Amino acid sequence: MAYSGKVVDHYENPRNVGALDKNDESVGTGLVGAPACGDVMKLQIKVGADGIIEDAKFKTFGCGSAIASSSLVTEWVKGKSIDQAATIKNTQIAEELALPPVKIHCSVLAEDAIKAAIADYRTKKGSGGPAAA
Amino acid sequence: MSVERSASAGARANIRLPIYLDYQATTPMDQRVLDRMLPYFVEKFGNPHSRSHSYGWEAEEAVEKAREEVAAIIGADPREIVFTSGATESNNLALKGVAHFYKDRRDHVVTVTTEHKCVLDTCRHLEQEGFKITYLPVGTNGLIDLATLAAAVTDKTAIVSVMAVNNEIGVIQPIAEIGAICRAKGAFFHTDAAQAVGKIPLDVEAMQIDLMSISGHKIYGPKGIGALYVRRSKPRVRLEAMINGGGQERGMRSGTLPTPLCVGLGAACAIAKAEMPAEVERLRALRNKLLNGIQKALPEVFLNGDPEQRIPGNLNLSFAYVEGESLLMGIKDMAVSSGSACTSASLEPSYVLRAIGVGEDLAHTSIRFGLGRFTTEAEIDYAINTLREHVTRLRAMSPLWEMVQEGIDIKSIKWAEH
Repeated sequence: MAYSGKVVDHYENPRNVGALDKNDESVGTGLVGAPACGDVMKLQIKVGADGIIEDAKFKTFGCGSAIASSSLVTEWVKGKSIDQAATIKNTQIAEELALPPVKIHCSVLAEDAIKAAIADYRTKKGSGGPAAA
Repeated sequence: MSVERSASAGARANIRLPIYLDYQATTPMDQRVLDRMLPYFVEKFGNPHSRSHSYGWEAEEAVEKAREEVAAIIGADPREIVFTSGATESNNLALKGVAHFYKDRRDHVVTVTTEHKCVLDTCRHLEQEGFKITYLPVGTNGLIDLATLAAAVTDKTAIVSVMAVNNEIGVIQPIAEIGAICRAKGAFFHTDAAQAVGKIPLDVEAMQIDLMSISGHKIYGPKGIGALYVRRSKPRVRLEAMINGGGQERGMRSGTLPTPLCVGLGAACAIAKAEMPAEVERLRALRNKLLNGIQKALPEVFLNGDPEQRIPGNLNLSFAYVEGESLLMGIKDMAVSSGSACTSASLEPSYVLRAIGVGEDLAHTSIRFGLGRFTTEAEIDYAINTLREHVTRLRAMSPLWEMVQEGIDIKSIKWAEH
């Protein structure tokens, strides 16, 4: 598989690998994909009192483009409000990384991972969570 | 293209990168093979079928010597060797040739789910023509069950096709036992021996083999040449030709023989026959070193296929919780292949691994290591170190590995398959 330089860079120097405390009230965790399909992404966001994403971490089991897609979105969501983060589209990820057509599903999974992390955070906070900035 | 990295560990160990560990895909030609081929391109260029002058005679003499060398490595008579373009053509000719010739009396073919694609695809083709095909399953060790085979062969079975050595997992099928069952039942026995010739002893008489496919480029010979062994007596096998023309190769495969390639295949067989005992022992030691080194360095690495009934030059391993394609990106100093879906055009994980019951999750983590004539101990040491480094790194970023460390049973999670 011939990958773009950006995919290789994220694969070799992944940003924000790691884990946040999933029991922390301000942390939202998204776990998407399936081992049988060859890719699983775990994406976590830590949201400040002002509704801004302060930190993001990921771990990914998957091919190089799955790792790169999740690494990229952790960079993108930091500093954004959760509502802004929720608008990230897989097409933006695929375009930024110049993913080949057979790897588009990796960018879809990364989009799902953000949405799942935000949903988890919102569930934890209930409807009384901080208003979006 | 190979990369020479002056500053890398590979260069310090004086080895050429990437390390070639994909000998089941193809092999480099042995220089001794090339040396024997070269005179037949320019100087001795004659058509081996020309009968009226010395150019033809010297080419014919070379082709016939090569035929003897190919026959010798499998205990056959030279007149039973048909040169082809490779094992794919040999498999096509064996299956279609026998099925078509005997179709009035027999309309059934038996094969195995883990055969090479060129056998399975040929069988699908025959199925569309109206033949009935039985695909035998294999056990978790990759081997067929002989009782299941015996029950599947009937008086309508024209041919049974079982590969001698599997190209992905390297397991050796019980060829002599299969030959005995087929002979007793009156069905012809064909074996695809592309991965077996020169790796394990083969004898068409002792093993009661009726047809056998041979490849040149898997045994340090040239690409574009192979052979089909076709038994001449007790029982005589007859074939309907696929390629019609001047009636070369006793009418079974028309077309002018490529003299240099034939000579190359013969030379490759002669070298393999002479050196097999020593080579097998050397490769077994290297293979064991690689397996032991990896398993000592890394937990949760699983061998696919039978641990005993396998050729020494193959290891197929699953590195749990690390996806195969991402591992290939990491170990780019090693030329290997993966059973991961992400490396295939179809996005399906290896059908061979699925057939032996490897879960889809582990199939995605498999790497095939193929060792061969030019593999060195320094390369194996390098491979072990490279794997330790990259598997450890990728596991550190694997959510599955994290869950396992936390004591979470991954199978208990309801995954959303996509």
